[in-house]
This record gives sequence, C-alpha cells and structure tokens, in this order.
Amino acid sequence: MNTLAQLLAAFVLAPLLSGIINRVKARIGGRAGRPILQTYYDLAKLVRKGAVISRTTSWVFATGPAVSLAATAAALLLLPGPGGPAAIGFSGDFMLMAYCLGLSRLGLILAALDTGSSFEGMGASREAAFAALAEPVLFLCFLCLATDTSGLSLSAMLGTGTDGAMAPQRLFVPAILFVLLLTENSRIPVDDPNTHLELTMIHEVMVLDHSGPDMACIVYGASLKLWLFGALTTLSVLPVRQMPPLSAWGTFLGGMFAVAVAVGLVESGMARLRMERVPRLLGAAGALAALSLVLMVWR
Amino acid sequence: MELFESVLVALICVNLAYLAFTRLRTLARLTAVQGILLAWVPLLCAGPGDHGHALLLALAVLAIKGIGFPWLLARTLSRLEVNPVIEPYLGFNLSLVAGVAGLLFSLWLETRLPFPPGLFPPLLFPAALTSIFTGLTLVVARHKALTQVIGYLAAENGIFLLGTPLSGQGSVWLELSVLLDVFVAVFVMGIALHHISKTFESIDVGRFCSLRD
Repeated sequence: MNTLAQLLAAFVLAPLLSGIINRVKARIGGRAGRPILQTYYDLAKLVRKGAVISRTTSWVFATGPAVSLAATAAALLLLPGPGGPAAIGFSGDFMLMAYCLGLSRLGLILAALDTGSSFEGMGASREAAFAALAEPVLFLCFLCLATDTSGLSLSAMLGTGTDGAMAPQRLFVPAILFVLLLTENSRIPVDDPNTHLELTMIHEVMVLDHSGPDMACIVYGASLKLWLFGALTTLSVLPVRQMPPLSAWGTFLGGMFAVAVAVGLVESGMARLRMERVPRLLGAAGALAALSLVLMVWR
Repeated sequence: MELFESVLVALICVNLAYLAFTRLRTLARLTAVQGILLAWVPLLCAGPGDHGHALLLALAVLAIKGIGFPWLLARTLSRLEVNPVIEPYLGFNLSLVAGVAGLLFSLWLETRLPFPPGLFPPLLFPAALTSIFTGLTLVVARHKALTQVIGYLAAENGIFLLGTPLSGQGSVWLELSVLLDVFVAVFVMGIALHHISKTFESIDVGRFCSLRD
C-alpha cells in the first residue's frame, strides 16, 4: 500500500516541482509568474495534439521519447520513499537505477541524432559529454551511502538520515546530489531550460523536432527525473524511514518543496557557467565525493 | 572531538579548494579561511591544564595567519595590478586529482608510519600532509609568483598542523618562532614580488628564463 502511495505521489506530483521552481524564479524576479500547475496544462495540451514527423527520420526518432519515459519510470520503481522500501529492491539496485537513467538519455540522444540536424547532434554530443562526467560522481555518492549504511540496495541506503550529530563527510553527499540534480536536469549553472539560442542549448536543442504526444513524453520524463533526483537528495539527508508514517510523508514532501525552492533560488541567483567550466564543477563535485568516500572508509 | 574532526575536514576541503579556484583574490581569501581554521586547532587539541598556552598560540595564529598574511597578500595583489586569473602549468582538474591523490597517499602513510600511540588525534596527520602536498603543488604547478607564496603558506600551515599536538609539551615558543620566520619570509617575498613585477612588468616566473648575464 505504501509502495503504491509512493509511486502515485511521484507520478502525480512530479510536474508540480517545475511549477514551484518557476514560481520562485518569477517572485524573485518581481513577476507574478505562470500558474503553478502550468506543466500539467502543457502536458494535457501536448497529448491532445498531433505529431509532425520529419521525412528524414526513422523509427528510432519515434521510439526515443517512449523509451526515455519508460526508462525513467523504471528507475522510479527502484526509489524508496518515506513510507517504506522501493517497489523493486535488491542488492546492487543502484547500478540498475544509474543505467536506467543512462538508457533514458540514450533514447533521447539517438532520437536527436536520427533527425540529421546539426544543431541536435551538437546538443546530443554535449548532453552525452556532461552525463559521462556526472555518472562517476553519482556512483561515488552511491558508494558513500553504501559505506555509511552498510547496505547495497537503495532501500537500505536512503532515508536513514546522517549517522551521528556531526558527520562532516556525510553532509557532502546531499550537496553533491544537488549539484547532480542541476546537471542531469539541465538546470541553470549547467544549462538554461528557458534559452532559445540553439548555439548555447544542451537539452532543449535535442528535442526541437519532437511535437505532440512525443513531446509530452519528454516533458513528463524530465519531470519524473527531477522528482527522482530531488527524492535522492532529500532521502540522503532526512531520516524519514525512522519516523511515524504521517510525519514521514510531511517531512519528505517538505524536503522536496525545499529542494525545488533551492533550485529556484540557484537559478535566480547565478548565471549559467561557460561550457568549459562545467567539467570543472563536476570535477570539484567528484573530488568532494571522493573525499567523502575516503573519510568514510577511513572511519 | 567531533568538532575537531569537522575543523580538520574543513581544512582538507580548503586545501582542495586551493587547487580548484581560478582567481588570485579567491586564493588570498582562502588563506584567511585556512588561518582562522588553524587558530581553532591548538584550542581543540589542548589537554586539560594547558589552556593558557593554547589560547596564546591560537591568538597568535589568528593574528598572523588569519589576518596578517591575507591582508599582506591582498595589499600586494591590489598594488601589483596583475591579471586576476591564475595561469596553471598543470590544469585545474588535474591539480584536483593530484590533491585527492595526496590525501589518499597521506592516509596510507599514516597506517605505515610507527607513531607513538595517541600522539596525533585521528585525521590530523593526513590533513597536515595534504596541506603540505597542496602547497607544493601550488608552488610547482602555477605560473605566478604570488601563487607560489600562497603555496608556501599552505605548506607551512601543514607543518604547523603537524607541530600542534607537540605544543602542549612546552614547545609553544618553537611554534611562535616558526610563525615569526614565516612572517619575515612572506614580508621579504612581498618585496621580491614588487621587484619582479617592476622588472618584468609581470609576476610570471616563466619570464626568468629570458634572464641573461
């Protein structure tokens, strides 16, 4: 029952996160902002529309968004929640989660390359390059969590909170996961979700040719991915699994809200980094993750 | 004890940050952060009974390393009108990897060296050695003379950290004399930097290669 509630919450509430981020950005910029449920309206509109498909594309272009959404949803099945363990959990499932996310990315990259557009190829290349740098950092974070909790499944690793009052090395993990959230979801220091200049775009330029239900799959998949990384960040720091159910849910949803507000604040407060600086950001996150892992093993 | 470990972890982070940042001004500020963190170490390291010594040492460290040196560096930086971006021989990402490798090496070395039990609190030796390695990396892997002064300071901070557990045994004067030596060295380097900058219109040490008899 709890597992079902967790999945339902993820699938229903995920598009709300981008609404909160946009609202925070608008308020800080002194604007009223678009409705907080705008992503739901967009999804409803896209699903009703027909798709325009270029004649140069093959079946890869049509299947890419569906594969991407399915892989992200499969990754969500492995994520534990405040109520209990994940729907599917086994020793080493964090590898499957990382590669589900990889498969999701691969689907979109292949679809982008299939269009034959040079811009989309450029975006795909950038997305692949940054993801290749982000993946080792994600694994280092999972290793830190596994070392700290002596569990090899995500259900054992997440939601147990930090061990001890002052565990400095353990506090790095949520910060690194937050940096990964910004990177993997194409948020501001890495990519600008609102940009319309093809030369500087990364994620958005890959999906330029998609329309209608395909685009809905991509937008919804992006929301699910944002929820997944938000939940990873929240669960790596909050001990929700040791709380009574109701307060656990409250704390978890509060944590997700805080993550969305933090993303909004970061996006309002800083400009995007130059492309060449992004590897340095991820390198620093990786160094911090390595430091965290070393200190945990050393203990 | 956990506060002490947090201070040491923060010191290691500052060391890694030395290798990752690209602006001279940020590096000068980092020396202030490292100095302030170092001032905590004698206080947290002191056993019962020698709080007087520890307090004296902490105040001296705060005054010299936390306020004095960073002020001197900032003053030199503003007078020299140098390019604020650090030019590395070894790239920033590689430097970071070198820093983490230094940390791993010092953790390994701690298990191999036969220390008297209880001499060093946990994590102090690796933190100190990482600081020395970072300093050396800054000295050899960056173009500008000012970064080399900062590297020298970082290395000296590591040596100071190694000496702190011994300061309770009456060697506080030794520490103070080391501090004074470093103070003079940085002072002299400030003057030398000024001369280098006047002669070569830059503080890039690579230009020394053009010197002739």
